[in-house]
Amino acid sequence: MSTSLRNSRAVALAAAAAGLLLLGISLAFYWVPDAPIEGFRQRIFYIHVPIALTAYACFFWAAWKALRLLWTRDERYDLESYTAVHMGVIFGILTLVTGSIWARTSWGVWWTWSERQLVLFLVLFLFYSAYFMLRFSVEPGPRRARMSAVYALFGVVLIPVSFLAIRLAEGLIHPVVFDRDVGENLAGSQLLTFVICLAGTLALAGSLYLNELTGKRLDARLSELREALS
Amino acid sequence: MTSAERYVTAAYLVVLAVVLAYLVIYAFKLSRLEREVGELAELARRKRDAPPEPEPEPKREEVAG
Repeated sequence: MSTSLRNSRAVALAAAAAGLLLLGISLAFYWVPDAPIEGFRQRIFYIHVPIALTAYACFFWAAWKALRLLWTRDERYDLESYTAVHMGVIFGILTLVTGSIWARTSWGVWWTWSERQLVLFLVLFLFYSAYFMLRFSVEPGPRRARMSAVYALFGVVLIPVSFLAIRLAEGLIHPVVFDRDVGENLAGSQLLTFVICLAGTLALAGSLYLNELTGKRLDARLSELREALS
Repeated sequence: MTSAERYVTAAYLVVLAVVLAYLVIYAFKLSRLEREVGELAELARRKRDAPPEPEPEPKREEVAG
């Protein structure tokens, strides 16, 4: 993909993210009715869940790029996988923080260790945070690219476990919305608002990913140029 | 403002703050890259303007006999 095409995609995604998030947040505050039990505080759902799903999407993207690297040995996928992990960790932090705020207002605690969903997401987040330690402890080159790719692929195994934990757990306090009764759990207005917010966060992640990737590529090319000139 | 309203607002503001913090960090990165490009351009200009290095004289082959 050429740099100008990537930049124009980043601009389009940024504009889409701004529009969709503005619309989604406006709908969440002014259109969607209060939830029967949760009341007004249920509105955190429209930012917390899309951000969590976006974090998963980033980690899946990183694993896909890692697989492409191992398959083709093309080193450009290394930077793409690394950037996707970078974005996933940022969205992971946001998931933990917004989830913690929701827990405080809903359950009265900032965190609870008895919920497998929360603990597994924290494990997933810490796993991907350790990716950076691994990456920066190895000299740049094909070996580092392969090690990082294998690590990113291992991490993706944790995602279905984290996602399914909420459905397999017993004695839940974490709410389950997306199950077989999603039509009963969410009204039409709630589902539409959620989808708009999810599209907005995915567009935001895509835009940040392309910008970050451009920056990292520029950094790498400048290093090559410096070596060539010195 | 009720307690629930305060927490919901805080959740949305946290997201906004993190995105803005990311933008600030990215702006710093861009200014660093711009500075580095300037340094490299200066280095390239100096190399271009420098007088060409004298070519080493070819070794004379000794004629045997």
